[in-house]
Amino acid sequence: MFELLGIPPQALFGQLLLGLINGSFYALLSLGLAVIFGLLNIINFSHGAQYMMGAFVAWMGLTYLGIPYWGALVIVPLAVGATGVLIERLMISRLYHLDHLYGLFLTFGLALIIQGLFRNSFGVSGLPYSIPPQLSGGQNLGFMFLPNYRAWVVLASLIVCFGTWFAIERTRLGAYLRAATENPTLVGAFGINVPRMITLTYGFGVALAAFAGVLAAPIYSVNPNMGADLIIVVFAVVVIGGMGSILGAILTGFGLGIVEGLTKVFYPEASSVAIFVIMAIVLLFKPAGLFGRTA
Amino acid sequence: MNIKSATLGSLAAMLMASSAIAVDIKLGVLNDRSGIYADLSGEGSVVAARMAIEDFEAATKGINVEVISADHQNKPDVASTIARQWYDEEGVDLIVDVPTSSAALAVNEITREKGKIFLNSGAASTDLTGAQCAPGTGHWTYDTYALANGTGKAMVESGNKNWYFLTADYAFGHSLEENTTKVVEAAGGTVMGSVRHPFPGTDFSSFLLQAQASGADVIGLANAGGDTVNSIKQAAEFGITQAGQALAGLLIFITDVHALGLETAQGLVLTEAFYWDLNDDTRAWSERFSTEMGGSKPTMVHAGVYSAVTHYLKGVEAAGSKETEVVMDWMKSNPSQDPVFGAGELRADGRHIHDMYLFQVKSPAESTGAWDYYKLLATIPAATAFRPLEDGGCALVE
Amino acid sequence: MSVSTETAYSSAADAMPVGTPRHHIIIFTGLLVLLLIAPFVLYPVFIMKILCFALFASALNLLLGFGGLLSFGHAAFFGSASYVAAHAAKVWGLTPEVAILLGTLAAAFLGLIIGALAIRRQGIYFAMVTLAFAQMVFFLALQAPFTGGEDGIQAVPRGNLFGLLSLADDRTLYFVVLLIVFGGLLAIYRIIHSPFGQVLKAIRDNEARSISLGYKVNRYKLAVFVMSAALAGMAGATKALVFQLASLTDVYWSMSGEVVLMTLLGGMGTIFGPLVGAAVIVTMQNYFASFGAWVTILQGAIFVVSVLLFREGIVGVLARWLKKPL
Repeated sequence: MFELLGIPPQALFGQLLLGLINGSFYALLSLGLAVIFGLLNIINFSHGAQYMMGAFVAWMGLTYLGIPYWGALVIVPLAVGATGVLIERLMISRLYHLDHLYGLFLTFGLALIIQGLFRNSFGVSGLPYSIPPQLSGGQNLGFMFLPNYRAWVVLASLIVCFGTWFAIERTRLGAYLRAATENPTLVGAFGINVPRMITLTYGFGVALAAFAGVLAAPIYSVNPNMGADLIIVVFAVVVIGGMGSILGAILTGFGLGIVEGLTKVFYPEASSVAIFVIMAIVLLFKPAGLFGRTA
Repeated sequence: MNIKSATLGSLAAMLMASSAIAVDIKLGVLNDRSGIYADLSGEGSVVAARMAIEDFEAATKGINVEVISADHQNKPDVASTIARQWYDEEGVDLIVDVPTSSAALAVNEITREKGKIFLNSGAASTDLTGAQCAPGTGHWTYDTYALANGTGKAMVESGNKNWYFLTADYAFGHSLEENTTKVVEAAGGTVMGSVRHPFPGTDFSSFLLQAQASGADVIGLANAGGDTVNSIKQAAEFGITQAGQALAGLLIFITDVHALGLETAQGLVLTEAFYWDLNDDTRAWSERFSTEMGGSKPTMVHAGVYSAVTHYLKGVEAAGSKETEVVMDWMKSNPSQDPVFGAGELRADGRHIHDMYLFQVKSPAESTGAWDYYKLLATIPAATAFRPLEDGGCALVE
Repeated sequence: MSVSTETAYSSAADAMPVGTPRHHIIIFTGLLVLLLIAPFVLYPVFIMKILCFALFASALNLLLGFGGLLSFGHAAFFGSASYVAAHAAKVWGLTPEVAILLGTLAAAFLGLIIGALAIRRQGIYFAMVTLAFAQMVFFLALQAPFTGGEDGIQAVPRGNLFGLLSLADDRTLYFVVLLIVFGGLLAIYRIIHSPFGQVLKAIRDNEARSISLGYKVNRYKLAVFVMSAALAGMAGATKALVFQLASLTDVYWSMSGEVVLMTLLGGMGTIFGPLVGAAVIVTMQNYFASFGAWVTILQGAIFVVSVLLFREGIVGVLARWLKKPL
């Protein structure tokens, strides 16, 4: 049996696939951040908390109301997205005339509040959420055992990511959106309700985070800190990809998941810093990010 | 001034001899009340300390105990700040519980500096009774050596000879791996390798697959808290346990099993100092605990707090004072006896020894009700459960 | 920073006359007198904690309030300095003043590396880049052999100042800490009011115009970044000696958030704001320590309220009422 750098090829395939699964979450989250940033020009620091809310609301729906996983997959993003709409209307909308830093401060504060409230109510031990029966079990691929649910995560993430990309880049609504990013005043002059579009965009970005949260609930334990550290990695992903394009956010998310997966095999101790090292390198040679436009 | 009043106190106590005493004690329960260990220590430890005081009928014996508590958030800096302030400003006489090794070691240092008493129940580090042992410190419930010793030895003896470690990449994980490796090798097993995962981690699948590829009989989980829970969940998801490899949890509490659910946790082998369903005494005590805690059963950490406070109060009564040296002397020279740990003994290095138990988590079919989680595999006698006195390198041991 | 956006950097501070205004001298003197009496009334360790954070927040404010650069990763400097100082004092057995100096230098060096990379991006990107680098430093601190992982470096000896004066007593240490922190604060004050500080404010308010005036903007940015990192490091190194402990908390991102909160609450771009912010937040943490997650919730709420209603911060509002730069 030949080996690549001391790693048998089966193990390598397995790790690549696992990287792709992690990348699915990075892609969904960085996509949400990119969409929000594109139109609102704020960094949504509460993105991680909203991802966590997605998982929790799914858990609460199942426990208190008996809403199954498949229902949660639709209802939870809508519900959490609605809280996003409220947050945008009540708070963020007051900050558009200010420096972008204030948006960062505000959403950082919101993240602390949300995480604190969930910690107070549910503790941090984590709550169990089982894999839906249709997706339990897995396939033996020869080089690894792939749980069906993980395969579904990749599929769902791909569908949603490319659906979003299509909606923004290839439809009329998306064209308005992109136009409003460039010049909100002009778009408003054409009779389009720009503030409402901004509100809905924020709600949509939050809904994406919540969707990722529901996807994560069955495989990671549902706990109030689940989004806290993840968000920083996703920030790094966003810096690497650059904020310029939707496609960039998606591709960087998947790509970095795979790169991280590889470091887990070759140099596991460094797997948590790999993305940050890549970020430093990208900043050195291409400060605007891989897909970014030089601003 | 503190020393003077303490000496006066002990002098007065000696003069009063066996007559009724009057001692005011302030006991601080310092633990995690909001974080990852809140369920296994937290408010339950305060309840356990109060139960010990009530059962001892301290007030009628002239010992007035005031219990205060605080949240150290599992951070050594917060723990040391609170401990310092408690000793300096609040007149606290002893601190109990303190889970999380880093926080416990911090409190250990402050306690040594201030000449007070620290009875630890929640932390795992063997350093508390080893290189960093202190005259006022008692380490009550368990430590990494006892856990590794219990689980490691038992697994090897039951035929699981080849080990692979999934280790949290920080001091605690490394020491757990190291301790277990020694035990496994001494028992005739071999360690085939280990992989270190970032701490804290969320996705362990990659590391689990590497462990699986090693072909080892046992995957030893040298991590704690949420990391352990997630590793176990994901091992089940990737069919690792079903494929025949066993998981050995090196630091798992009954609250973790409760959070995982039996479906996922079944078959897991683990070592604990206490289980509510061991005997009539533990059942009766746990029942009382449960009523005060809204139904949840006590962990070994709660039991350890009860046992430690009970033994301390006996010491205060016998000594007729709360002076650190006198009370610690009495505690170390007299055996302990209580309904939760049974008979025990506080060694010269501050290690409290008692029987440990090897449990296996039941399958959902075997479980007869809520909290019916463990079946007893073996009892590890106190004499062999803990690190031998001479191996710790504690300066208090001549 | 685009021209159309409106910031709450205290505009009063910009109109600073040349020379030191008399009311600043009065405030500094009053503060010094108060702080000299304080350890005999209050718990010295508690005031030392406030002092260390006051210096830390002032260091951040130098960068944020006067340089217009938001670092969301200042814990990296605070924390790595505290590790270096603790290691120097404990393992190498160096005297406290040398330990603090080494910690400060280490933070300055780290600031040079991170700063050089981070200033390649502007605005929010800058904040995210510093945050990401700080997280990297956190992981290194977690894994490096000399940091003791999650145990941190404990039982750090306070040692003897210059090998002579024992700092074991809280009050003796207090006066040394007071000297260090006050020295740091005066240094910041001096930097802000120097020609260098004027150029910084110009860059903050209009980078493009500063470039066209011929200033090498990136050099100024990097210089202020390194200064801020060094001062943050000095605060961290001092804290390590006060608490005899260097731990992961000092390098974790929530520490970066906390210090931003102190600055924001007290008033960005004011001289005394960070001191007030630090005092309020540290007191609050102390008071609410036993209420679990409420500390987090409250900090979050203060962030939200400050941003929505109170952007000038406590001292900023005071300055507006008094019509004097504070």
